[in-house]
Amino acid sequence: MEKISDVTCLFCGVTCDDLEVFVEGDTIKEVKNACILGKATFMNHKADVAIPRIKGKETSIEACIEASAEILSQSHFPLIYGLASTECNAQRKAIELADLIGASIDTTSSVCHSPSLQAIQTVGDSTCTLGEIKNRADLLVFWGCNPAEAHPRHFTRYSVTPKGYFVPRGKKDRQVILVDVRKTPSAKAADQFIQIRPGSDYEVLTAMRALLKGEELEVEEVGGVPISTLKSLLEKLKTCKFGSIHWGMGLTMSRGKHMNVMALLLLARDLNRFTKVVASPMRGHGNVVGIATVLTWQTGYPFAVNLSRGFPQYNPGEFSSVDLLARREADAALIIAADAFANFPRAAAEHLSRIPTIAIDAKESMTTKIATVVIPTAQAGISAPGLAYRMDHIPIPVKKVVDSPYPSDQEVLKRIIEKVRSKLQNRV
Amino acid sequence: MLKIINGEVYDPLNGINGGIKEICIRDGKIVDEVPNTAKIIDASNLVVMPGGIDIHSHISGLKVNAGRGLRPEDHRRMVIPKTRITRSGTGYTIPSTFATGYLYTKLGYTTVMEAAVPPIGARHTHEELNDTPMIDKGCYIVLGNNEFILRYLQKGEYEKARDYTAWLLNATKGYAIKIVNPGGVENWKYGQDVSGLDDKVNHFDVTPRQILTALAQINQDLHLPHGVHIHCNNLGVPGNYRTTLETLHALEGKRVHLTHVQFHSYGGENWSGFASKAPEIAEYLNQHPHATIDVGQIIFGDTTTMTADGPWQYRLHKISEKKWYNSDVELESGCGIVPYVYKEKNFVNAIQWAIGLELFLLIKNPWQVFMSTDHPNGGPFIFYPYIIRLLMDKNFRDEMTKRVHKRVLKDTVLPHITREYSLYEIAIITRAGPAKALGLTHKGHLGVGADADIVLYPKLENKEEMFERPVYVLKEGEVILQEGQILKDWTGKTIFVELPENKAFQNEIRDDFEKYYTVEFSNYPTGLETFARYESVKVSI
Ligand code: SF4
Ligand SMILES: [Zn+2]
Repeated sequence: MEKISDVTCLFCGVTCDDLEVFVEGDTIKEVKNACILGKATFMNHKADVAIPRIKGKETSIEACIEASAEILSQSHFPLIYGLASTECNAQRKAIELADLIGASIDTTSSVCHSPSLQAIQTVGDSTCTLGEIKNRADLLVFWGCNPAEAHPRHFTRYSVTPKGYFVPRGKKDRQVILVDVRKTPSAKAADQFIQIRPGSDYEVLTAMRALLKGEELEVEEVGGVPISTLKSLLEKLKTCKFGSIHWGMGLTMSRGKHMNVMALLLLARDLNRFTKVVASPMRGHGNVVGIATVLTWQTGYPFAVNLSRGFPQYNPGEFSSVDLLARREADAALIIAADAFANFPRAAAEHLSRIPTIAIDAKESMTTKIATVVIPTAQAGISAPGLAYRMDHIPIPVKKVVDSPYPSDQEVLKRIIEKVRSKLQNRV
Repeated sequence: MLKIINGEVYDPLNGINGGIKEICIRDGKIVDEVPNTAKIIDASNLVVMPGGIDIHSHISGLKVNAGRGLRPEDHRRMVIPKTRITRSGTGYTIPSTFATGYLYTKLGYTTVMEAAVPPIGARHTHEELNDTPMIDKGCYIVLGNNEFILRYLQKGEYEKARDYTAWLLNATKGYAIKIVNPGGVENWKYGQDVSGLDDKVNHFDVTPRQILTALAQINQDLHLPHGVHIHCNNLGVPGNYRTTLETLHALEGKRVHLTHVQFHSYGGENWSGFASKAPEIAEYLNQHPHATIDVGQIIFGDTTTMTADGPWQYRLHKISEKKWYNSDVELESGCGIVPYVYKEKNFVNAIQWAIGLELFLLIKNPWQVFMSTDHPNGGPFIFYPYIIRLLMDKNFRDEMTKRVHKRVLKDTVLPHITREYSLYEIAIITRAGPAKALGLTHKGHLGVGADADIVLYPKLENKEEMFERPVYVLKEGEVILQEGQILKDWTGKTIFVELPENKAFQNEIRDDFEKYYTVEFSNYPTGLETFARYESVKVSI
């Protein structure tokens, strides 16, 4: 058995890079340091591997690439979507392809943290890298997120328990507060749990901002939380040395969406008049931060980018994939390393099965089941190396630990680009 | 093989001032002669210069990309459509990567230095630079608030600080040492700043003065090609020229480059007393050839300010009430971003504008003062031709001076300066000087052995138009732009220093590294496999 050290896990935005993976031939035998989600990703790498096929008929990868190039070069308003569970070099190629064919390109953020991105675009953010939290935070607030289940090693690597330079006793030097609409398993790590009424985040956060400005509110409670509780939470935030607020999909996907996040960002910003307070989104299924990052450096925008006029345009609602599909505008779709069909609302998902859809994925999924063309690939982070971004935008190299019989996402996209390019050139 | 004939050549490093001279090119380099079969470019009526070199610009990395992310409204102001050769992109103040490469090329710039990279973000910077075509590029590594350095200095362990710096430059593939608000950014991590060279840095019991002198000494002992590159304390604060002069005094005899000095040449005790102290700064530089500066000229209009100077960006946010992005970087640095509009009729902005020009015009030796807008802090780099016109054309400058807030006429010496830059001097401040200050011996000139990065400008009366419209741009002897059209999507090189490896020292830092960082030691360095093309400059200690 061979041991490979400092392996990066691409499953969530914690992006642990300290895994030890033990391999024999092309099989992973054991994984150390990972959480159960990470471990399962590695251990199950041979399960549900996709099969190359066109209209359900098994065929060669080469034929699938040719068919994909044909579909994409014929399409008038193609959509490229997904890109969360892959690495940045593949993401680069996907954008190059979008530029070439004038596609809309969108990511899984579109259905999870895009409201966070829009809120940051509107008011900014006071944030930091995760090591700052580890080394300094003496007050942690988790709002509408459940790291214990969604980002399992966040608490132990970055936030709650690690001993940091200025907080040498680890958890003993920190206070942890959880705010959510229900008591999740994350509450176990918290010193205090504040339950708020579903859909009232905006109200509660705005009330806190008002209190911070010295306004008196003539009510006893907001969102089910007594004013006295809010005041004591504020007092803690004002008097800590380094407060770190983390938010999740509890804010982004409930009523108010980006307005909720804006209220939180403005509260954190205002608190900087008293002490150091940062606020950070708990992002990342897979390497979704990577695609937002690369898309931003190549086009200026993090998601919902349209290239049909020959230059990047950005407009969530107009160019976000769910909307493009639900309005039946896209006439072909390329889904890369994401299960669009499973995660989209029905009207959007249905349109995917109506138009020619290409799925590039290491694994079978709901999307591969309905796709016209399925191209299996080597799974990034297991059988394909590259680059990923952690939820705090820190770049982390990604290793390959075992071989796959299939080419990488990057390689497949490169070959599609070559074919599309020659088809387009032959046409003019 | 190629020969450029009949051109009016400006090559200050070789003392050529507008003479007609043939330039021969083979294998990407300038050579003595080429056979008669070589292709010929007739440069009659054209001005020939080495490709431009930007010594200080923010084009790539965590901060720049956060700036792009923060400002979708900015990108709509300039779109760059794809062509058969080039990729699409967006401007305006923080262009996308491809656009950055094309826009610099369209000005005749062929080498650009990214001026502030936190080490943990170096990999990101290099990945973005791989997607920044056309130009050669390099980056400066921020060290002035690095907690390893602070700890070594606190314990008086100078040698360890030096070895750490060498290790870090190798690990990050950096080109130079950058200092940003020494000590202030560390203090900002708990919401504070420093106010001068002798304040204490929280928890580390060292002063900005100690940090500055130690890093300047390290720079010297490591024989780095560029001087230590400094963004002084107190950026933007009225009265800060004293800090700037103190910094220069403290580093006398060392090779130093002070950056965006316009932002550090302010008099007055508060905003209403805001005044130019450019003459004082210029006077010092005129007496002290050990220092070089770039200006950080402001351009009226909308821009995006971004620095590693977190406390300053917060102050600017409070002044401007614009949106504010901040991201502190573990153990290393900070980052702040605030959109800003410089207004002609705002007296502070108008005086800032005048200060930049005064620095250009009052510093006598052009080898000491270089073109920059501290892109995009003072304004986007695409305005360099406008600045050149202000420097070369006294009438144009006077017109502008009359347009801006009247205190410029009353309170600054700018209206009384008659100096006009010559083409030779422009060639110094935009290419030869930066190349020399950077120690890039094969760039910034047209002598034998130099990289054949060459630009041919039309000879026009309006110098802004002239420098906006190169007729040819050559990169390593290849024509990459002609008549405004990009002909090749060229892949430039990333340039970094390579210091002798010191294996023993790695073990010295590994423990602390693993305790306080959040990435594994082995995953931290940027390997050579990252680069599309590179050139390492070997430095022997
Ligand atoms: S926390 Fe996330 S990145 Fe870390 S091992 Fe678990 S799934 Fe992987
Ligand atoms: Zn700068």
